[in-house]
This record gives sequence, C-alpha cells and structure tokens, in this order.
Amino acid sequence: MAETIAHSYLENTGKYKGILAWLTTTDHKRIGLMYMYAMMIFFIVGVLLGELMRLELFRPGQQFYNAQTYNGIFTIHGIIMIFTVVIPGLAAVFGNFSMPIMIGAHDVAFPRLNLFSWYLFILGAAIALSSQFLGNGPPDTGWTFYAPYSTQTHTNVVAAVFGAFVLGFSSILTGLNFIVTIHRLRAPGMTFFRMPLFPWSLYATAWIQVLATPIVGITLLMVIAERWLRIGFFDPSLGGDPILYQHLFWIYSHPAVYIMILPAMGVITEIIPTFAQRKVFGYKAIALSSLAIALVGYFVWAHHMYTSGMSITARWVFSLLTFLVAVPSAIKVFNWVTTMYKGSISVKPPFLFALGFIFLFMIGGLTGLSLGSLATDIHVHDTAYVVAHFHYIIFGGVGFAFFAALHYWYPKMYGRMYNFRRANIAFGFLFVGFNLLYFPQFVIGIMGMPRRYFDYLPQFTLGQQISGFGGLLLLIGIILMIANLASKRGAKAPDNPWGGSTLEWTIPSPPPVENFHELPVITGEPYNYE
Amino acid sequence: MEMHRDDLGAKLGMWIFIFTEILLFGGLFLVYAVMRSHYSDEFHQAAHQLNAFIGTVNTVALLLSSATVAMSITAVQKGEKRKAVLFILITLICAGIFLFNKYFEWGHKFSIGLYPGSDMMVGLKHGYILFFSLYFFMTGLHVFHLIVGSIILTIIMVKIQTGSINAEKYVLLENGGLYWHLVDLIWIFLFPLLYLIT
Repeated sequence: MAETIAHSYLENTGKYKGILAWLTTTDHKRIGLMYMYAMMIFFIVGVLLGELMRLELFRPGQQFYNAQTYNGIFTIHGIIMIFTVVIPGLAAVFGNFSMPIMIGAHDVAFPRLNLFSWYLFILGAAIALSSQFLGNGPPDTGWTFYAPYSTQTHTNVVAAVFGAFVLGFSSILTGLNFIVTIHRLRAPGMTFFRMPLFPWSLYATAWIQVLATPIVGITLLMVIAERWLRIGFFDPSLGGDPILYQHLFWIYSHPAVYIMILPAMGVITEIIPTFAQRKVFGYKAIALSSLAIALVGYFVWAHHMYTSGMSITARWVFSLLTFLVAVPSAIKVFNWVTTMYKGSISVKPPFLFALGFIFLFMIGGLTGLSLGSLATDIHVHDTAYVVAHFHYIIFGGVGFAFFAALHYWYPKMYGRMYNFRRANIAFGFLFVGFNLLYFPQFVIGIMGMPRRYFDYLPQFTLGQQISGFGGLLLLIGIILMIANLASKRGAKAPDNPWGGSTLEWTIPSPPPVENFHELPVITGEPYNYE
Repeated sequence: MEMHRDDLGAKLGMWIFIFTEILLFGGLFLVYAVMRSHYSDEFHQAAHQLNAFIGTVNTVALLLSSATVAMSITAVQKGEKRKAVLFILITLICAGIFLFNKYFEWGHKFSIGLYPGSDMMVGLKHGYILFFSLYFFMTGLHVFHLIVGSIILTIIMVKIQTGSINAEKYVLLENGGLYWHLVDLIWIFLFPLLYLIT
C-alpha cells in the first residue's frame, strides 16, 4: 500500500490513461487543476473581449463595429468573467487543490460530487457561451439581465440565463462539499481555531454560495418563464414589478462579490506570513472577520439600487449597512500590514502579487465607500467610475490574488519552480498596465462618462486612450506571466520552497495521491515562525 | 485503501442541500408575498377558482407518504426488509395519487384556456394573471421535485430489495427520506397560500 501512496497525483495509476484519467478523476488536486485550465481559457476569451472594447473606445465615434455588437461584447465579457472565472475562481481552483491538504484530509468529503460540480461548470459555461452563436445574436442586456429589457429583447438571453443557472448549481455543490469537508475531515487535533486562514475564508465563502445562490437560481428561472410563458412577475404591462427583479438579483449578486473576494483575502493571509516569516497578526480577528463579511454582506444588496426608486428609509439603511461591511475588510488589511511589521520579508513573486493586491484592493474598497454613500452615488451611478471601482476589486483584488496564489502554490502543483525574474517583469507589466487601464476611468467617470456606452464626447478621449494603452500593457503582462508558468524548464521544487508553515508544505511536491500516508496530528496554532 | 464512510457527513450535506432548496422556493414565496400585498383583493378572488377538495386530498396523500417513509427507515433499522419495501411502495402510490390529481387539476385549467401565455390569461386583471402564474410556477416546480423524489425513492426501494441498504448501512434511505419530507414541507406551505386563503 505504501508504494501506491508514494505516486504523485500527476501520474496515472488507474485503469485509464491520458485525458480519460483526468476526466474520470475524483482527486481534489486534479479537479482543481481542471478548473484552472478551463478557467484560463475563459479568462483569455474574456480578456480578448475586453481588449476589443478598448479598441472600439480608443476614439470617439464608430471605429470597428457597431453599437449592437458592442452591447453583445460587454454583456458576454461580463457573463464570462463573472460567472465562469471569478465566482468559481479561487475557491474552485485553490480551494480544491490546497484546502483538503491544509486541513490534513485525504480528499474532500464527496469526491464524486466534486467531479460532478466540475462537469456542471463546463456544461453551464458551454451553454452560456452558446448564447453567442445560437439564436438571434448575443444577449445585449449586460450581465445583470435587468428586467423588463431582458424579458423583451430578441437576442439570445435564455441560453445565457440558463447557463448562469447551471453554473450556480455547480457553485452550490462545491460550497456544500467544502462545508462538510471542513466540518468533518479536519486532521486530528485541528480545532477550528487551529485551522489555517485560507480554509477559514473558504468556509465563510461556502456558506454564502449555499445560502445566496438559490435565490438567483430561481430568479433566472423566472426570467426564462417570463420570456417563454409571459408569467408577468417582472413585466409592468402584466402587473409585475421590475424593481422586484433587481432585489432578487442583487440578493445573490452582491454576496457573490464576497464569494469572489473572501478566498482572495484568504490567499493573501497565507502568503503574507510565509514571506514575512511572522506569525499572522490577529489570527482570530481575521478568521471571524471572514464570517462577519459573509453575514453582513448578505444585507447590503440594495446599494446597487439607490437610483432605482426605493424609499428614503431603505436607502439610508442599506447605506449604513454598506459602511458596516467595510469594517471587517479593513480589519484584514490592517492585520496584513501589521503582520509584516518587523518581519524578515523576502520579496518573491507571490509576495509581490500580494502587495499588489493590497494596494489595488484598498483603492477599490475606498472608492466603494463613495459609491455606498447616498449623495455621491447619485452623481457617479452608472458611470465609468463604477466600472473602475469594480475592476479594482474584481481584477485588482480577485485577479491579482489569483495570480499570487498561482505563483505561491505552483511549485506544489507541478513540483517545479518558475523563473522569478520573468515573473517579476510580468508583475510589473500587469501592475502598471492595470492602473493605467482603470484609474483614468475613475476620472472620466466623475466627469460624466457613462458606463456601457459605445460612443463618447471628445473631452473623454485622453482618458480612454490612456486606458487603451494600459490595456495593451496588461495584455502583455498576462502573456508574459502565462508563458513563464507554462514553460516546463524550471528546477525541481523542494517540498517547502518558501518556508511555509501550513500542512501542504510538509508533503512532497507534487503531492502523492491521497496527500498523507498517515494523517498528521495537530498540536498547536498555525503560522508558528518564532 | 479502506473505503471512507461518514454517515454524519452525508446527512450534513443533505441538510445543507435542503437549505438551498428551501431558499430556492423562498424566492417564489417572496414574489408571492409582494404580489399578494399589491393585489390582495384579486388574489383573494382568484383563489376561489382552485378546488380546495382536490388540494386537501393531495395534502393528506403527501402527509401519509411522509409518515410511511419515516416508517420504512425504522423497518430497515430493525432489519425488516419486506415491510420497508412495502412502506416505500405506499409512499410511491401516494405520490401517484398526487400526480393523478394534479394532472386533472391542471388539465381542466388548460382546457378552459387558463394557462400562462394563453390569450385568455393575458386578458385578465393583473392580480389574476399573477396569481395563476404563481400557481403554475410554484406547483409546477413542486411537482418536478416530487417526480425527482419518486425516482430517488424507487432506486432506494430496489436497493433495499437487493440488500445494499440494510440495518448497518441506510444513510441513503435517510437522505432520500429527508428529501421526501422537503417535498412534503413545501406543499404544506403551498396548500394554504394558494387554496385556503380565499
């Protein structure tokens, strides 16, 4: 038995060979990688669509394609990026790959369900993407599918909506799996407060996935029924209420932002102590702030709707709650920074990406507060300012944390190192390109550039062109990063290349099939560097 | 490798799944609440169109079926295979009665032209449209769950018969039973909201 366990998870030992061995695997590490490969493809498609928009916006007026095509492109860019990349994102890739190892388990609680989730993910993504090519052209509603337009437009909304529904189901099952895994499969001696903080953030995330996703699921089904059967829930001409759609949509889709960002915060919380060689500052505060974000984040959804026509009371209550949810996020930022204090910091690529995350997340978070306050939101609502804000959170936050996690766990995944210098150069391009791309959008947003517009007034030209240039740098950065990681020429990775203290660094790189020959027994807190 | 088995974990997973189902229907209950407050008079009148007698028969059938599922679990625990299979069979028959009634209930409405998207329905007052849309959507989704539950119970019945569910190992039956109780529970709320508040 010891011999079979010694095999790396990357070698095929089962009855199938090659691609079939992967497609039938129930190994959490392989499933994590399969999510990553699929997501990388979707991500690149989404990036290219984004670059197409930047090309069109490089000058006022029509350049390459017409306004309807532009509407389709920004809708599909949003659907791909939100539903197939950042919502499953870190949880599906690194939650699957690292979490069971970090809590000292052989696998997740329901390995077959885990594989099923991946197939649902692929199926949902395929359906969503098919909306591009089938029916009467790509949907043009934006990724939010606001009624009543989404129930009336002749474009192929149903496929996109149904794809999102299937993707939601996949997300629920992953969340369910992780909750049970964390409750039942922690290694002997690993109490909740001895658990590393990335699994903690996944635990909070999983509860949001389970409790919020069904609401959007049923809402999307209502949109489909509305289109096919004219049930009238959201159609004022049949007595329905379009605002009701917005409520139902955001009840999920705001917590979904925390589905995206909480695992990102968890990753950063792993990286900072490792590269500062310091015990994480305020362990319990970070762990519980994840739960606080999950809880409070459930009650802030209507801050997307200040201009939709809600009562004054509803507006100030939601504004207050929005400010409250910023508190646990700020706690985390302070704790990360304090962890570095007097640490012996080694600036390696994962740490650089983590620093990039903190910087960009702070800009994204603080500009979020100006959107959360009633008066300023009225001014910048539905402008490029909002676009800049959520890209700072979703790309600058989740995206950079994803890259950080990738550079952090890459040696464990493949048993090889990568070229640090090239990784640092790629980071430079990404960081500079990102800021050049999105910061001008804050400025032209305040000046009055609306979001989702195909054309603009001449005074926004400079800002749009700086953005276009930034988009080019960002694209170069992404290509450099992927090329660096995809080249298989790196040296063999040691078990613990960074001097990390969590369990995944105690086993070989790449890990053996069932992770641990004997389950470890945990006797103390994580992050003990002293 | 020894097969990992964790019955408590499996049940925990099922309970979480049931939360998600309740929230799925929760979205519809929310729409119902909002629309009922908008159009309380018209909802009140529209509900008269539903046959409370059929609704009651279906309620009794589902309550009985929930009881027999629970009894089959006890029977399996005691190792009484024949009884366990019989109880599941009674459950499935109750499900059949429910579907039979629902078929004629819906069929009648379709025959008089009352269904979502029909010319007659679109011409009704707003409150009526929304009431019947909710009626079809909610009972339709519920029937879908009932059919899925019946398929699961049929598989479980075969597994009891072949002995792969037995007194030592019956978590699948417990989870199937939990799912069936969910189907029952949703109906317990749908019945008064749609049929009784008139």
